[in-house]
Amino acid sequence: MSHNPSERLVYMANQIGKFFQSQGQEKEVAGVAEHIKKFWDPRMLKTIYAHHDAGGAGLDPAVKEAIGKLKDAAVAKEKA
Amino acid sequence: MSLIHETDYGTPLSKSEKMVTLTIDGQSITVPEGTSIMRAAMEAGTQIPKLCATDMVDAFGSCRLCLVEVEGRAGTPASCTTPVAAGLVVHTQTERLKKLRKGVMELYISDHPLDCLTCAANGDCELQDMAGAVGLRDVRYGNQGENHVFADACGEANPAWLPKDESNPYFTYDPSKCIVCSRCVRACEEVQGTFALTISGRGFDSRVSPGMSESFLGSECVSCGACVQACPTATLTEKSVIEIGQPEHSAVTTCAYCGVGCAFKAEMRGEEVVRMVPYKDGKANRGHSCVKGRFAYGYATHKERILKPMIRETIDQPWREVSYDEAFNFAAQKLRGIQAKHGRDSIGGITSSRCTNEETYLVQKLIRAGFGNNNVDTCARVCHSPTGYGLATTFGTSAGTQDFDSVEDSDVIMVIGANPTDAHPVFGSRMKKRLRQGAKLIVVDPRKIDLVKSAHIKADYHLPLLPGTNVAILTALAHVIVTEGLVNETFVRERCDWSEFQDWAEFVALEKNSPEAIAGISGVDPEAIRGAARLYAKGGNGAIYYGLGVTEHSQGSTTVIAIANLAMATGNIGRRGVGVNPLRGQNNVQGSCDMGSFPHELPGYRHISGDAVRDQFEAMWNVKLNPEPGLRIPNMFDSAIEGTFKGLYVQGEDILQSDPNTTHVVQALSSMECVIVQDLFLNETANYAHVFLPGSTFLEKDGTFTNAERRIQRVRKVMSPLNGMADWEVTIGLAKAMGFEMKYNHPSEIMDEIAALTPTFTGVSYQKLEEMGSVQWPCNEKFPEGSPIMHVDGFVRGKGKFVVTEYVATDERTGPRFPLLLTTGRILSQYNVGAQTRRTENVVWHGEDVLEIHPHDAEQRGIRDGDWVRLTSRAGETTLHALISERVAPGVVYTTFHHPLTQANVITTDYSDWATNCPEYKVTAVQVSQSNGPSDWQKAYDEQARNSRRIAPVVEAAE
Ligand code: SF4
Ligand code: SF4
Ligand code: SF4
Ligand code: FES
Repeated sequence: MSHNPSERLVYMANQIGKFFQSQGQEKEVAGVAEHIKKFWDPRMLKTIYAHHDAGGAGLDPAVKEAIGKLKDAAVAKEKA
Repeated sequence: MSLIHETDYGTPLSKSEKMVTLTIDGQSITVPEGTSIMRAAMEAGTQIPKLCATDMVDAFGSCRLCLVEVEGRAGTPASCTTPVAAGLVVHTQTERLKKLRKGVMELYISDHPLDCLTCAANGDCELQDMAGAVGLRDVRYGNQGENHVFADACGEANPAWLPKDESNPYFTYDPSKCIVCSRCVRACEEVQGTFALTISGRGFDSRVSPGMSESFLGSECVSCGACVQACPTATLTEKSVIEIGQPEHSAVTTCAYCGVGCAFKAEMRGEEVVRMVPYKDGKANRGHSCVKGRFAYGYATHKERILKPMIRETIDQPWREVSYDEAFNFAAQKLRGIQAKHGRDSIGGITSSRCTNEETYLVQKLIRAGFGNNNVDTCARVCHSPTGYGLATTFGTSAGTQDFDSVEDSDVIMVIGANPTDAHPVFGSRMKKRLRQGAKLIVVDPRKIDLVKSAHIKADYHLPLLPGTNVAILTALAHVIVTEGLVNETFVRERCDWSEFQDWAEFVALEKNSPEAIAGISGVDPEAIRGAARLYAKGGNGAIYYGLGVTEHSQGSTTVIAIANLAMATGNIGRRGVGVNPLRGQNNVQGSCDMGSFPHELPGYRHISGDAVRDQFEAMWNVKLNPEPGLRIPNMFDSAIEGTFKGLYVQGEDILQSDPNTTHVVQALSSMECVIVQDLFLNETANYAHVFLPGSTFLEKDGTFTNAERRIQRVRKVMSPLNGMADWEVTIGLAKAMGFEMKYNHPSEIMDEIAALTPTFTGVSYQKLEEMGSVQWPCNEKFPEGSPIMHVDGFVRGKGKFVVTEYVATDERTGPRFPLLLTTGRILSQYNVGAQTRRTENVVWHGEDVLEIHPHDAEQRGIRDGDWVRLTSRAGETTLHALISERVAPGVVYTTFHHPLTQANVITTDYSDWATNCPEYKVTAVQVSQSNGPSDWQKAYDEQARNSRRIAPVVEAAE
């Protein structure tokens, strides 16, 4: 497996995505977002947000959406 | 302190609820039906002379010493084999009995050496005691007749005499002292379940013999020591007792090896351990143990133990011995320096599953409160983290549901990816006992483990699946249960979320999840899956036990969830005999998880982002806590390579040897500026360390361990720490040097703090443990006596949660370059990375790691038994010896990871569980080929290790 940091995180995120994909559509995006929020440390989040900003290559669609939501929430929180 | 003497009641406890009253020597006594007269007498305080009876095994009635008279009955029945009956009037001492007993003893002694003064059992010999008890004064037969005692008789070789067998490293067998009471034989059968011993020959010629007249070492014997403990004479004796003499005091403590958590009496002479004797009141082990706990404690005084702190600037320098203060200050300066330069989050630590709860708690406290971040993780990451995730999601707690006693009520036992007879031997023995009584057995494992077929045990179903297909198989089992109408609907409606159940049932019923559809993926016969599912669902109390073969996969968490689903669907939760039980690897894995070792959770499994929880800890610790989860071990390594993580404090773990993809770990460790290792030995991780803090053994400190049943048990100090400090004191010293004071005088004060902060521990205290012996959490207002079985009246989370478990194939696939699947495991005599067991006589059973390969695969590659072979994966390569074996299926190879030279983890990749990043040890695509000896990597590694272990000679200052 690659040791390029963002590639590794993309892989991990997609792996999480595959589990929640099987949990039904309405849970998919929310499930991924919640899981990542619960278990990833800030620097991992920062790296994946940056990757998302740069187009999010390799992220599965639902995972991409989930990360986008997390990122928006984080930005909103910072502003508040 | 004195020697703890446990009462031997002569025969086992009867479980009957019906009570019977009788009279013994004029005293009335009430006991459960089925109790022997011998036991009833002992309960009334009268010890009837006995030799062949002991309460660990069933009575046999061969020595005829325990005779009694019963009014209205003819003759003199043996009290050990005669059950009580209502209204019996028993006499234990009459003229007739006295005479008979003397006669029996006289015969025994006439064929027994009279070297009592110099005998190792002197002071602890039941034959001696009984001679005294019956008043034997002379032996009319002399002892020059036909005998087993002397090597020669009248100048000729005595054919009846046999030499001592000293082949076992821990005990000897001296046939000249044997009274053929068969206690050893029964202990080996009934307690251990190995059936290694038999009585060969008849009458005067009968002998105890391991296997077919083999030596102990050459036989099936697994060296558990049950026979030694059962032997009333010096025939089977610990070598340590022969060498040192009888112990004079003892303390009850807990084994520091595996998650069974056997209780032992550490029998001492001064500060020297004479022997470890399993404690009958130990609720996990009930007086039994395995070779590791009973015998393999010699590492505690091994010459390679490091007793002084050491430091160095860079890892190519030799170590320099310094004082504790110097080491603490050096480490503290480095860590604070790193934080000043790279930020607060640039350091972290790893807690140990081998250390006590109190020590683990302190390390996570130091990291969260002293380092100011949540970069704390534990080696449970690499073994049972999926258990935490899976069981918390479905049931609401991160722990097994039963106590070990529960197995006595199981009717169907399903063992998944676990090898209890090797990895959890005492529980394995208890399970085998139940199986011999008729419980049914289902084994789900790629290998033909011992349980599949061994003495008097045969699995009803063995599902030999391909590594990596657990989820497919478990979902197929669920498919059968749902589609054949075997669901316990009442249970599900009452206890679980019904609509989630329906979604799940609809999913598992899909054709793609049928045994027939997954046969191609898993390689398992669909009929066997159907049969196993029917048996588990309808065979009575069904219990599931699982191990690392479940968790160490990329779908580890999903598999745990699938297991929980099965138990809920069949109503196998919430009472004795059923449940979902992870068999934990190390002695305190459960405890280290409970104590807040995970980066996202405070003690008691509460997420760090919860304000109310954090408030509580902040108030007690007087600091502000970081609300964001920290790094997990694999993420620490990644960040280290990336350059944002620079300092690590590792207590009692050898991450370099135990974590996957060794080359990656080496790279990560070498990128750090300060690695602090606290351990007994210069382990492999220490090769990359800058500070070494000496650790202490479980014999040298007070504390508690929590075993796989959630049972909290005391560890008691029986000798002063050779390194001068217990591990908790070392952590406090390091914390202080970093400007974070933690004040405790004794580990009990740490437990009080844990109890004050953790809802499932509020009732736990050393006082309570003193009173109850041990207690299973949750122990609080609701469960003041603890909780042997969980989810009795309902699930901890409220309604049980069914979760869909879709099978996702691992990305680690076989192909033309790597056509075989490697799976890893452990064996009985060695423990984990082997740092302790390799430093004991246990190496006679397992000198090195070998590669098990099926004859078919071996032949294709021209490999013969014992050849050096090269094992290659995408991650790396190593070499080891081949063992040709049909235990593994064609296409699968197997090895252990106990020895650093093999470095099996050079091979394992860093694929991991989707939810917890628990590494996928159990599946690696590999190739095996012929080889001439150690690989270049092994040689280079060995060289580096040698170099790194140098300790600078101490230069005495000139006067
Ligand atoms: S040590 Fe254990 S396995 Fe070996 S003979 Fe004795 S009881 Fe049996
Ligand atoms: S070895 Fe000990 S326990 Fe076994 S038959 Fe002889 S005396 Fe009894
Ligand atoms: S290693 Fe495990 S089974 Fe063996 S004595 Fe220790 S706790 Fe018991
Ligand atoms: S103790 Fe009862 S016959 Fe031996």
